[in-house]
Amino acid sequence: MQTPIVVQDVHKSFGAVKALHNISFTVQEGELFGLIGPDGAGKSTLFRILTTLLLADKGQATVNGLDVVKDYKAIRKIAGYMPGRFSLYQDLTVEENLHFFATIFNTTVEANYDLIEEIYVQIAPFKKRPAGKLSGGMKQKLALCCALVHKPAVLFLDEPTTGVDPVSRKEFWDMLQRLKQKGIAILVSTPYMDEAMLCDRVALIQNGQLLNIDTPQHIIAQFSKPMWAVRAKHMYRLIQDLRAFPGTDSCYAFGEYLHLTLKDGTAGVDALQAYLDTKHHEAFTMFSIQAGIEDCFMELMNTENV
Amino acid sequence: MDPIITNGLTKRFGSFIATNAITFEVKKGEIFGFLGANGAGKTTAMRMLCGLLRPSSGTAKVAGYDVYTQSEKIKQNIGYMSQKFSLYEDLKVKENIRFYGGIYGLSDKAIKEKTTQLLKKLQMEAEADQLVSALPLGWKQKLSFSIAILHDPSIVFLDEPTGGVDPLTRRQFWDLIYEAASRGVTVFVTTHYMDEAEYCDRVSIMVDGRIRALDTPRRLREQFSAASMDDVFLQLAREKAKS
Repeated sequence: MQTPIVVQDVHKSFGAVKALHNISFTVQEGELFGLIGPDGAGKSTLFRILTTLLLADKGQATVNGLDVVKDYKAIRKIAGYMPGRFSLYQDLTVEENLHFFATIFNTTVEANYDLIEEIYVQIAPFKKRPAGKLSGGMKQKLALCCALVHKPAVLFLDEPTTGVDPVSRKEFWDMLQRLKQKGIAILVSTPYMDEAMLCDRVALIQNGQLLNIDTPQHIIAQFSKPMWAVRAKHMYRLIQDLRAFPGTDSCYAFGEYLHLTLKDGTAGVDALQAYLDTKHHEAFTMFSIQAGIEDCFMELMNTENV
Repeated sequence: MDPIITNGLTKRFGSFIATNAITFEVKKGEIFGFLGANGAGKTTAMRMLCGLLRPSSGTAKVAGYDVYTQSEKIKQNIGYMSQKFSLYEDLKVKENIRFYGGIYGLSDKAIKEKTTQLLKKLQMEAEADQLVSALPLGWKQKLSFSIAILHDPSIVFLDEPTGGVDPLTRRQFWDLIYEAASRGVTVFVTTHYMDEAEYCDRVSIMVDGRIRALDTPRRLREQFSAASMDDVFLQLAREKAKS
């Protein structure tokens, strides 16, 4: 069995913009690999190179042992690709889209129905509806069915959950976990940091460069600074006070709490307490926490900028 | 008078009820989170409040103006920003500011002053003559928000303003929202990031065209015995799936 995806030292520039710089990683068989980063990080460019739609300036990449340049025709037969922009035919119905994609790949919906069944039953009630008239979550499910209909060996999903509500996002990831168990290697990109935790391994990408590649658990474990969750009645005033405190290393809003690190770590807590006593915050609470993947990403972004 | 007041606001498309008798009010200077699944009716409700879509029934006043009879007045008195469309990519930063200033009827003098202030605040003086298409997404979003409140509207509507933006910029964006709210601007915002729901003073959650929950994030978490807003949201959606 060939390694599903191997990327070696890939570079791509558009004019003066370095879209991808020195990208290398591999995706193993049956692995769910996440490419995590904001818009403009280079995720889609990488997908387009791997799906043979764009040539890299430098470097090599293979999909199931096939070269993305020499063997592009063969790759197109074994890769399933869901682009970031909804790319099905809006004026064809759900059913028509699915049959269309099956026909293009010289197969039938029936031949590989076991692979898409679980997803397709959720959209089957709307099979006579034009794809353009589906809700966001439904469109994504249909697009996934169309990407799977020829039973691909490797699945490329470019931001499948962007702009999709939390419930549909959760359902979508549940489906990916089950596809993985069927042995399909999946490369998926997302700007949602919480989704990184659902991947076997992730690559954090920013400005065309990989910041880190590891399991989400290892990335979190590498965060070395002590971190606290802090809150008070007036959060906006609290965040301003904490940022003005000279001993503060970083202070960001995280849901109902602020996440705080100090330049002196735990040794800085007493000075912070003394400082905050002068600010008279109501309902102040502070407790120690473990950093999450989003904390790690921001930390890496800050280090890269230095 | 509250900047947004609705009573039984409803929109039907044929036999489909997109927004079903929603009743709520938003207070001055409040950050109001308007949440719901895709297709729950958020966009329809927002379009009615912005004076872009005529309701089927019910009443609503925005900035003191009636959505049926004074929609033009509403448009002049609100700011609007969406992730999908915000700025003209083929105009320079400075030109976009001038264009929107002109649309909202600001004087040349006011536009000039506001341009200087805005560029300084966003630390974008060096980019004034760049095309918007050349800016990173996060910068575009911050610029777009600042332009949406250029004419000092009393309310600003933000439709998924932070989708796809990196985590640092997303937080800088919320700093801008907090700062505007602290000056008394009312902020009406939709988002799919549940952590951002926590930054709102109050949050409403729409399910199938109706407002199913409305309170402060803390009280919603208590009411649903949920650890996070994400849990609250999932519980409401599951309830829907069962029904």
